[in-house]
Amino acid sequence: MITLQVIWLLLIGILIIGYAILDGFDLGVGCWHLCAKKGKERSSFIHSIEPFWDGNEVWLLTGGGALFAAFPAVYATIFSGFYLPLMLILLGLIFRAVSIEYRNKVEDPRWVAAWDIAFSFGSMLPSLLFAVAVGNLLRGLQLDAKGDYTAGFLALLNPYSLVIGLVGFSMFALHGALYLAVKTGGETQYKARRWAAQAWRVYAVLFFVAAGWTASCYLRNGVVLPFVLATLAVVALGLIKAFNSKGDDLKAFLASCASIALVMLSVVAVLFPNLVIATNDPALSLTIFNSSSSLRTLSVMLVIALLGMPVVIGYTIFIHRIFKGKV
Amino acid sequence: MDAVWLARLQFALTVGFHYIFPPLSIGLAWMLFFYQTRFLKTGDPLFQQLSRFWMRMFAITFAVGVATGITMEFQFGTNWAAYSRFVGDIFGAPLAAEGVFAFFLESSFLAILIYGEKRVSRKVYWLSSLLVAVGATLSAFWIVVANSWQQTPAGYHLVNGRAELTSFWEAVFNPSTLPRYLHVITGALVVGTFFIIGVSALMLLKKRHVAFAERSLKSALIPFFLSILLVMGIGHGHAVQVAKTQPAKLAAFEGLWETRTGAPLVLFGIPNAKTEKTDWEISIPNGLSLMVGMSKDTKVQGLKDFPKEDRPPLLTTFFSFHAMVYLGGWFALLATMGLFLWWRGTVTQNRLFLSCAALTIPLPFIANEVGWIAAEVGRQPWVVYNLMRTKDAVSASVSAGEILASIILFSLIYTLLFGVWVYLLGRQFDKGPQPLEEEVRS
Repeated sequence: MITLQVIWLLLIGILIIGYAILDGFDLGVGCWHLCAKKGKERSSFIHSIEPFWDGNEVWLLTGGGALFAAFPAVYATIFSGFYLPLMLILLGLIFRAVSIEYRNKVEDPRWVAAWDIAFSFGSMLPSLLFAVAVGNLLRGLQLDAKGDYTAGFLALLNPYSLVIGLVGFSMFALHGALYLAVKTGGETQYKARRWAAQAWRVYAVLFFVAAGWTASCYLRNGVVLPFVLATLAVVALGLIKAFNSKGDDLKAFLASCASIALVMLSVVAVLFPNLVIATNDPALSLTIFNSSSSLRTLSVMLVIALLGMPVVIGYTIFIHRIFKGKV
Repeated sequence: MDAVWLARLQFALTVGFHYIFPPLSIGLAWMLFFYQTRFLKTGDPLFQQLSRFWMRMFAITFAVGVATGITMEFQFGTNWAAYSRFVGDIFGAPLAAEGVFAFFLESSFLAILIYGEKRVSRKVYWLSSLLVAVGATLSAFWIVVANSWQQTPAGYHLVNGRAELTSFWEAVFNPSTLPRYLHVITGALVVGTFFIIGVSALMLLKKRHVAFAERSLKSALIPFFLSILLVMGIGHGHAVQVAKTQPAKLAAFEGLWETRTGAPLVLFGIPNAKTEKTDWEISIPNGLSLMVGMSKDTKVQGLKDFPKEDRPPLLTTFFSFHAMVYLGGWFALLATMGLFLWWRGTVTQNRLFLSCAALTIPLPFIANEVGWIAAEVGRQPWVVYNLMRTKDAVSASVSAGEILASIILFSLIYTLLFGVWVYLLGRQFDKGPQPLEEEVRS
């Protein structure tokens, strides 16, 4: 049972990391969209993610479904506790999706400009808020005996979580700029590299602030694993810089994928074995052991995952091969 | 206003809005596959033209469907935390399976269908049209599984204050899954096939893109006729199942108060909860008993058998169910009329038929919506039939004010999206199909 619970933590981790890496570049492209020149450059931004965003968003849907299935109590507490932020994330994702598909349907500059704004804000809002939510999980929440969050919306906007929010935002912006450097050519490609270099500096500073703050206040269970993972993340961060300076865009982007995965794994390591920490009473915390589904459900779901996930990875590679190359 | 009521309103609004789009995507996806298959077989560029034109309508629709769909999955947790804790052991698995088995398939090949025509061979393109249709149809399966388990829970036992899985297959194929799934899919086919007929009819009435519209209209007549026959046949089977598994719901559908043999089929009436009678009733004697059990001696349970607090809201359930049935009848009439005129060779000129068809464009959407309303309101006051009441299912940590604020926000956005969707469909209508491509691409 314990093995299954840990496996499911890792599987959900993979889904959420997959989402952050894949939709991360969509969101990141959106963060830069308004900085691009009107006309061709903005259109090329949209074209660079057009065939992918929908499949990428499915990682989030599947991750949400898997969390619901494997750790229903955690799903219930987090989703109801973060009600308003999630509504705003949904709002962003809705606008983002529709903008990508509708922007190029009408050739009226006002139409295009309106969807450009919707696309960009629709990407920035989730980039920021997802990370604010992660900040609150690291910090812990005030829970009652049923596991319901009790401190209200404003308490979610605490300084620590806002800093984590900015870490996430700059991480996605960096990731998106690196992706653009891979997928575009000419002047736009140089511009994207410069953006990546700027985003890298901001992200690096925020990363160390957040790591220091987390290490001094919120490191509750074990130090070694979070420390190792964070160190590896720093190495990945260095590689991003090195490849970006050399103009090796694909490797810089892959290093960024690794850095996102490592940062998120270190979040899991900081929390483990908790998923939601109750600040008012540790006994109320939701761990992977006290909040999981039954043995049978976890087993059935494992079969589903083992059957399905290889095929999913196959689709993802297939689509990227068909739409490979610069836009 | 109380939080339970607002949470229900939010769910109804978001699912009701979302449900405008997937039936049309599912129906159109199968028509696209049909056109692609004909094109691959015959090489007739007209099928390519049909496929490309309806593909653009499909893409416009699909985008809103995806965008509004994600709200649904989040909402179980955001608004129904107590429910999520109670059913998560069972209810989450189909949602995850939907992602793994259906959405990934659908979204990957959709990219090829929309953006990849020039990048893949004709066969791969044809295959993509098939896989998108299969993916869309599978996603409907898993979500109907989840919803059917709320209607007729199976394969579980109650331990640790929650429902835990005892048999995955019993939970997946619970008594209402198959009838409901087939009814939903055929309902989607009705929407998709009729959308093509209705829009083509409107083109013909306005004398726009006439040659294209004539072929387009004819191409969807037989699929529409078959879909409507199937949806009605399966719908009947589904009602018989409801009579067995959710008798209170059936009694509310039909406005039946007394448990009796020779139960009448109410054609019209207004159920009155105070007097426990149906006012202004016009009915066929023995009709309901015949429908349910093929014999007038079949006993059908009436509402009075159930305590008042266990009865579904009567007016909504009764009228939405009847509206669905009458709309189905109207579609069957229209389909028959279309086929008859086709046989006479006048279907594309007959102004009465074309006008009826054009005016009917919104009705299949409405039929699908009222069908869902009947199914979901008819389940009340239960969120899981006979296990958990809706009022016990909400999130304790979400206040009424927060829900109200997000309802207002989402209503504004959804109104905007709906307007944009209609506007873009209208533009596509005006633009019409691309000219025929004579040379055959390989």
